[in-house]
Amino acid sequence: MSAASPHAPSSTVSPRPVPEGHVSEPVVSVRGVELAFSGVKALQGVDFDVFDNELFAVIGPNGAGKTSIFNVLSGVYRPQQGTVEFAGTDIRGMRPHKIANLGMARTFQNIELFENLDVVDNLMLGRHAHLGYGWAASVAWFGKAKRAEVANRRRVEEIIDFLEIEGYRQLPVGMLPYGIQKRIELGRALAMEPKLLLLDEPVAGMNGEETEDMARFILDIRNELRIPMILVEHDMGLVMDLADRVMAMDFGKPVATGTPHEVQSHPDVIRAYLGPVDDATLAEVQGELA
Amino acid sequence: MTTMLRSAPPAQARKSTGVRGRPLLRTSYHQDLALANTPAKRRSVIGLVIASFVVPFLLTDDLLQVLTLGMISAVGAIGLNLVTGYAGQVSLGHAFFIGVGAYTGAVLGGDPDGAMLGYGLPMWIWLPAAGVVAAVAGLIVGPLAVRLRGLYLAIVTLGLVFLGDHVFREAREITGGPGVGRRGAELELFGIDFSSMEPISGLSRGQAQFFLALVFLIIFAILGRNIARSGVGRAFGAVRDRDVAAAVIGVDLTKYKVMAFAMSSFFAGVTGALYYAVIGVFEPGAFSLLLSIQYLAMVLIGGVATISGSIMGALFIALLPRLSQFIAGFVPDGLISVFQLEAILYGLLIMGFLIFEPRGLFGIWTRIRNYWKGWPFSY
Ligand SMILES: Nc1ncnc2c1ncn2[C@@H]1O[C@H](COP(=O)(O)OP(=O)(O)OP(=O)(O)O)[C@@H](O)[C@H]1O
Ligand SMILES: [Mg+2]
Repeated sequence: MSAASPHAPSSTVSPRPVPEGHVSEPVVSVRGVELAFSGVKALQGVDFDVFDNELFAVIGPNGAGKTSIFNVLSGVYRPQQGTVEFAGTDIRGMRPHKIANLGMARTFQNIELFENLDVVDNLMLGRHAHLGYGWAASVAWFGKAKRAEVANRRRVEEIIDFLEIEGYRQLPVGMLPYGIQKRIELGRALAMEPKLLLLDEPVAGMNGEETEDMARFILDIRNELRIPMILVEHDMGLVMDLADRVMAMDFGKPVATGTPHEVQSHPDVIRAYLGPVDDATLAEVQGELA
Repeated sequence: MTTMLRSAPPAQARKSTGVRGRPLLRTSYHQDLALANTPAKRRSVIGLVIASFVVPFLLTDDLLQVLTLGMISAVGAIGLNLVTGYAGQVSLGHAFFIGVGAYTGAVLGGDPDGAMLGYGLPMWIWLPAAGVVAAVAGLIVGPLAVRLRGLYLAIVTLGLVFLGDHVFREAREITGGPGVGRRGAELELFGIDFSSMEPISGLSRGQAQFFLALVFLIIFAILGRNIARSGVGRAFGAVRDRDVAAAVIGVDLTKYKVMAFAMSSFFAGVTGALYYAVIGVFEPGAFSLLLSIQYLAMVLIGGVATISGSIMGALFIALLPRLSQFIAGFVPDGLISVFQLEAILYGLLIMGFLIFEPRGLFGIWTRIRNYWKGWPFSY
């Protein structure tokens, strides 16, 4: 099936390492990443850059390796090969909390909130690296710890306002509806004041209204907070509407990188989703997408 | 339900009391962060403190000592709750850290002319030292928790108890060995001898020790609350609930697991030194698996991840032998002994709480409180 797709990004669409108008250094730069689990190759030859204020989407069928890219970026998995540079630092093999402290934040495909803690505590945990006091101040509480708690709580309130979750502050997150939990997870990532935000299927399992709300938050994050993002999403409508550039993956390899429109009509991408199709069908699908 | 949600506009971070008629409405973050952050909590804390100053004058010295030991155990239970309840690292090794504290206290604060090693140092040295030495032991053991989880960690910490048990039995110059034992540290603070048989400024020995334990419990409960409500306590909760997510938001798992063990062991060390100073003579056999299980029972029965629950649990376990003596009065003679009855009660209570009220006595107390808050409406 994807035998047609060569190792390197496609022949018809240029890989576009630098989108037009960009002169800056990339925020994150991935080169030749290979990741295997006891023989199973989850990622092969993954190359891409994400630039300032860019919304970069990663698409691909189930098992294509999208989440694996996030796990490599955030330090959960260590790739066997390749380089990963973030904020000017080589982060391959660095432990997750160090990468987080460099300014990378993410959400998870399956919600990973601290379910026994309330909403405020979950968001305050996003501020963990910003607290700036240690165990001794914590035991003493009065003074440094208390001041830092109040100051950081103020930032958390801003996020609560931004995500419109005022009504849930003191409830344990495990009790809250799915859509709200997704929002809180986004809030926890935002509380970190990240330099790069990774969103793994932020609207999966949401109804139309919830999806629209989430799309609005993502746009606000880009336009107001100006945080570059990598978005993994199966909802093509959302990707087409929001993304600046898209990378399509299949069997652990990037098959095309470009504008949403270019990638959507790329033959290898269509084959990745539909399987081997003849030229007539391909032209038909491309016509429908155009 | 809406009154439960606290409003906290950023503009008003001043200290102010709850708005009249809506006692749960908070107008500043300081109120959210306060030690006792609801009027009900404040009232019950004040009530309890008053009660604890009246109780010693109503009970016999014999019963007072049970409560004194219960309050001292509560310090250790808070410690175990920090590592197991808050940070989620199941430890069966608490007895070991209590033992380390007990012997550190006994050696540093013990009678220099006694049969065993003793330096006769004052309490303000031996008590913190017992905590520190136990905490150092915790620091050494903590990294195990980084490699192991759940059942595996429990088993390894269990090994610690066996190791300690062996060392304590063999180190006769320090511990006296099995069947002999040794005296604990001298209980003397600010020139007051709390072990004296003479009345101490009008208080009996039992009353004086009760107040001493009460003061220490209050201090350590506040320290425990401070840890729990700060960034450290939150990080513990994050490590417990989702370790991958905790790391990804910047929590150093190694650091916080080790910290949880060290802090927990500090509390255990203090408990060990104080407990056996009050008891007098103690044997190395005291620090067996049974002691670890008693402390786990305090946490489970009292309530996981609550400071007040740890205290309730410890007092409950301290009173359990009295309770079983009482119940044994109704059991036909020769059927089972008081000790067997106590063991059965332990087992039943732990199982019962785990199955029916996982939030422990604290959970029962919250339900009673919520019931009365809503009374006469049962919503
Ligand atoms: N921890 C792991 N152990 C073994 N194999 C893994 C592991 N994580 C991922 N894989 C494998 O790597 C491949 C890519 O998985 P990944 O989760 O990255 O896919 P995905 O693109 O996110 O898919 P989906 O759209 O279903 O979320 C799959 O074949 C998966 O089975
Ligand atoms: Mg995935």
